[in-house]
Amino acid sequence: MDKKHLEDGILQLIRKAETEIPPDVIAALKQAYAIETGAAKVQLEAMLANVEKAKNKRCPMCQDTGILTFFANIGTDFPATGILKQVIEQAVARATVEIPLRPNTVDPMTSTNHGDNLGSYLPHILWDFEPGDEAHIMTLPKGSGSENMSALQMLSPSVGLEGVKKFVLDVVKKAGGRPCPPIVVGVGIGGSADLVMNLGKRALLRPIGTRHTEPSIALLEKDLLEIINKTGIGPMGLGGKVTALDVHVEVAHRHPASLPVGVVIQCWADRRASMVVHPNGSWEVK
Amino acid sequence: MEYHVSLPLSSEIAKKLQLNDVLYVTGKIFTARDSAHMKMRGMKPKDLPFDPSAMGLYHCGPLMKKQDGGWVVVSAGPTTSSRMEEFEDILLDRFGFHLIIGKGGMGERTGRSLKKTGSVYAAFPGGAGVLAAEKITHVSQVYWLEELGMPEAVWILEVTEFGPMVVAMDSSGRSLYRQS
Repeated sequence: MDKKHLEDGILQLIRKAETEIPPDVIAALKQAYAIETGAAKVQLEAMLANVEKAKNKRCPMCQDTGILTFFANIGTDFPATGILKQVIEQAVARATVEIPLRPNTVDPMTSTNHGDNLGSYLPHILWDFEPGDEAHIMTLPKGSGSENMSALQMLSPSVGLEGVKKFVLDVVKKAGGRPCPPIVVGVGIGGSADLVMNLGKRALLRPIGTRHTEPSIALLEKDLLEIINKTGIGPMGLGGKVTALDVHVEVAHRHPASLPVGVVIQCWADRRASMVVHPNGSWEVK
Repeated sequence: MEYHVSLPLSSEIAKKLQLNDVLYVTGKIFTARDSAHMKMRGMKPKDLPFDPSAMGLYHCGPLMKKQDGGWVVVSAGPTTSSRMEEFEDILLDRFGFHLIIGKGGMGERTGRSLKKTGSVYAAFPGGAGVLAAEKITHVSQVYWLEELGMPEAVWILEVTEFGPMVVAMDSSGRSLYRQS
């Protein structure tokens, strides 16, 4: 497989994510704009104008181009698995210069900025394998404003679903205007401390307006969205009706003595893009 | 009300601004985030290589690009202001600027200092980085770039009709935010 061609594809994936937000997000922001008034409406108008400008100028819509996370679902017969990690890293370094991206990776011990968005464990790549000969790769660049609001709680199972709802609501209230609302809330329930945070982040990959296929989980999503939008935090925390554009929940089975809940908040600039790489090396970015 | 004002913002004009007023500013602003705040906390006005009292403070870590030997702004929306809460009253007291631009709001400590110094906090729409970049007409100077890196350096920016901002904390200590 032609490494350079694949690297160009990953670069295009990053560019798409940083400069264009998906249509489902734009539709949700427009809907919010239609129902808000006053300061909240001013914010949404500017956000929507910014989305247009970023797309037209092919510039990152937000200066915080984030930490890049890749979700790689690899077909077990995909022929280029061995080179993919290196290709992604090279594409990130190139994207930093060519798009450009803000250099966001600093050494945790010295705070030195390497200037290339690479570093220990970064970019973060989450690998999954499935039958087939294609690779499906998604990226979710996420800024610190929203990521800093993430929270984990190991609840006592006796608190039940009501306890889960209370925790999610507390996290959103505490975050207030800081994560750039209207937000998208990813919630993980079950598993272990690390798995539940992973589920919370994975929940953000689902388009706005889609419900979990399991009806009881779909109902929980609707309930959470309703109570979050009753807080009145509103766009950028200036007060309003739309605090969240959506809530997505993903679950794992749990230990009988554990009820882990992970909340991962995404800002209104819900940037994500996906691509497929075919076994002959050709690719499409969506 | 909607205001279009020149920088530096005087405390007289700052005191006229009310919550929910829409604000556009023209003049010079300086960016400062966590690291710059930490440095400035330990310095006197005469030791600084720039004069904050002639500008507005912008909580921002811009995305910049080197071009033709100079710098251009690619994307420059606000960063989360609450991270600067523990420093801001000291900076407001010491350096004589009367406008803070940021997002997400600040706490009671900053609120008291806004009241004391006759200053306001204005919210620029978060994530609207390209919109902000379009209102920045010139990059005048950069300080501490080598030491702090691009996002944390102090960038001196000339802006024209920078906005729309919403006055979210006013000079009488009131705030639109429920908490910070």
